[in-house]
Amino acid sequence: MRKTTVNFLGTDFSIRYVKRNYVILSMILAGLLGSSCVRNTPPVEPEAPEPPPPSASAAIVSEERPESLPEAPLLPPPPFEPEDEFQSRTLEEINRDTPLQPVFFGYDSSELNSIAVTAISANVDILENFPTWVITIEGHCDERGTPEYNLGLGERRALVVREYLVELGIATSQLRTVSYGKEFPFESGETEQSWSANRRAHFVITAQ
Amino acid sequence: MTNSTRYFLIGQFTIIAGSVLLLSQQLEPNQRTEVDLIIGDRIGSQPRFAVPDCLALPESAELIDAAETIARVLWNDLEFEREFQMLARDTYATIPTARSFTDLPFDAWRELGADGVVSCTVSSLPNDEIRIQARLFDVRTLDSTFGVEYSGQMRSLRLYAHQLSDEIHRNQRGLEGIARTRITFVSDRDSESALGLVEDRQTKEVYVTDYDGANTRRVTVSRSLSITPAWSPDGRAIAYTSYLNGPQDVFVSFIYEGLLESPLGGDQDIHNWLPAYSPDGKQMAFTSNRDGNPEIYISNVDGTNSRRLTNHPGIDTSPTWSPLGHQIAFTSDRTGSPQIYVLGIDGTGLRRITFESYCDRPTWSPAPYNEIAYTSRTSPGSYDIKHIDLATNEVRQLTFGVGTNESPSYSANGRHLVFSSTRSGEKQLWLIGRDGRGLRRITSMGNNEMPSWSR
Repeated sequence: MRKTTVNFLGTDFSIRYVKRNYVILSMILAGLLGSSCVRNTPPVEPEAPEPPPPSASAAIVSEERPESLPEAPLLPPPPFEPEDEFQSRTLEEINRDTPLQPVFFGYDSSELNSIAVTAISANVDILENFPTWVITIEGHCDERGTPEYNLGLGERRALVVREYLVELGIATSQLRTVSYGKEFPFESGETEQSWSANRRAHFVITAQ
Repeated sequence: MTNSTRYFLIGQFTIIAGSVLLLSQQLEPNQRTEVDLIIGDRIGSQPRFAVPDCLALPESAELIDAAETIARVLWNDLEFEREFQMLARDTYATIPTARSFTDLPFDAWRELGADGVVSCTVSSLPNDEIRIQARLFDVRTLDSTFGVEYSGQMRSLRLYAHQLSDEIHRNQRGLEGIARTRITFVSDRDSESALGLVEDRQTKEVYVTDYDGANTRRVTVSRSLSITPAWSPDGRAIAYTSYLNGPQDVFVSFIYEGLLESPLGGDQDIHNWLPAYSPDGKQMAFTSNRDGNPEIYISNVDGTNSRRLTNHPGIDTSPTWSPLGHQIAFTSDRTGSPQIYVLGIDGTGLRRITFESYCDRPTWSPAPYNEIAYTSRTSPGSYDIKHIDLATNEVRQLTFGVGTNESPSYSANGRHLVFSSTRSGEKQLWLIGRDGRGLRRITSMGNNEMPSWSR
């Protein structure tokens, strides 16, 4: 069970990594090509494409890559190494991708159901690879309760998740909690979909 | 007695506004009893009062404006307590302003049906100060029953009107008016994006406003959440839940000194929230996770002598003090849904007082009333304000399903409540009498919520 989750997550990361690498690589190559055009100018490569405009059009450039770089040897993507991926990025960038899955709760409840347990286990598998990370578990509530009681409910949700993470072997020094009650909703709107999206423990990596 | 009362007023007022003088009325040699000074003699009906514009001396544009403001603010203050039948000000706009306290057109006032008239002057003093003199006249006896004089800064104009209202209520009705009280609350009106690692989060900050919604000022600049503010009983500090250091902790803002403290020792693991001052201002009740679960604690306001009051695996939160400080009412979900409980501060005498679907934010009324107001879920997703009489267990519902209505807080005299409501669209602060009458809105910018009314 746990293993399959790892694989699933691993795949997920690899895909994301390759995509990004593809874009970065093509930007570098395109940049090299552009600058070589400028330097070596006409005789050798008369059909060289125009230097690409900077980063904004990186995606377009990457699509054209096969044609524009026929003879350039394509570097094989390096094997997936999550440490590298995260270490080279800022906390803001890491958190933007929410690598740790949120844990969702039932209405007015701080109990962990089977989906919640699976999500927490998956997060444990990632956290085990990053013993230096400090994680803040944010407790959130939907907008249907009172703001005062929801501060307590959010705290309980965060504490329940923290407790389970510790049970699964995560060091307490890696874990922080905070309750935002219903003050920072993820989705606005008076629908069951947004309510259930807001009843969560949300993970933020606060130190690498 | 009268002198000591006035002396007390001077002290209190000086603290609030600075240099303001209250001169005692010179009593006639043949002193009358207090009863004679009360205007209105018709049993079962309120005395009818008029408040024409003050006389401006000299008649500069600024003073004429001030003269109108004082009369208008005073009229609203007197109307708010519903002790007098206030005659609409436009019905006597044509009655000429008295040139002195000795030439009031009593015939005209009698014809209008007024029992009492407040006559006032605003005059300019050196150094941009102003003097306000006011007297309350009994139209029947032609006597001045009451008079005051204030001097001070023009910017405190509304405060002079509020104090005049409070003194008229005290003099005529033995009532502690609340016209000089203020309300602290939370608003997103100046919302910015919150600092932190998660994007798209908007700040909320703490504000203070006069009871009538004028003079609104911002208290906190946290670039995060500053919520659940609570007044200290002396009105000099506001305690609130702050996320300035990451997780929630109780901060205290001393609004006159400009000092900020976090006395309860919160850190990354220990969180404190929802502070409530004891009536004597020496202790604070609050919710904390310090023992692994939200429980109620009490400590001295400097954070010393902290002790746990509740002990239950459910959520215990939202504490409020009884008027004498012997008991705490709080919210607990120990039976499955949040309900209101009362407990002695020695930890004994636990009593559940609500048996509804969902109740929170208890607020104990000041004496002489012995009731607790709270937010109650009256239908799925809809909340209303109720209060329960602790002697009879009688519940009175004050709002009825128009928008959601939450977070009640009592005025110092127990006659009014402020609460937040979505009845007009965005969340705004509204006032309502404890009898359910006199609904009025006091905010309009952004969303405004979690009010606390000063003592």
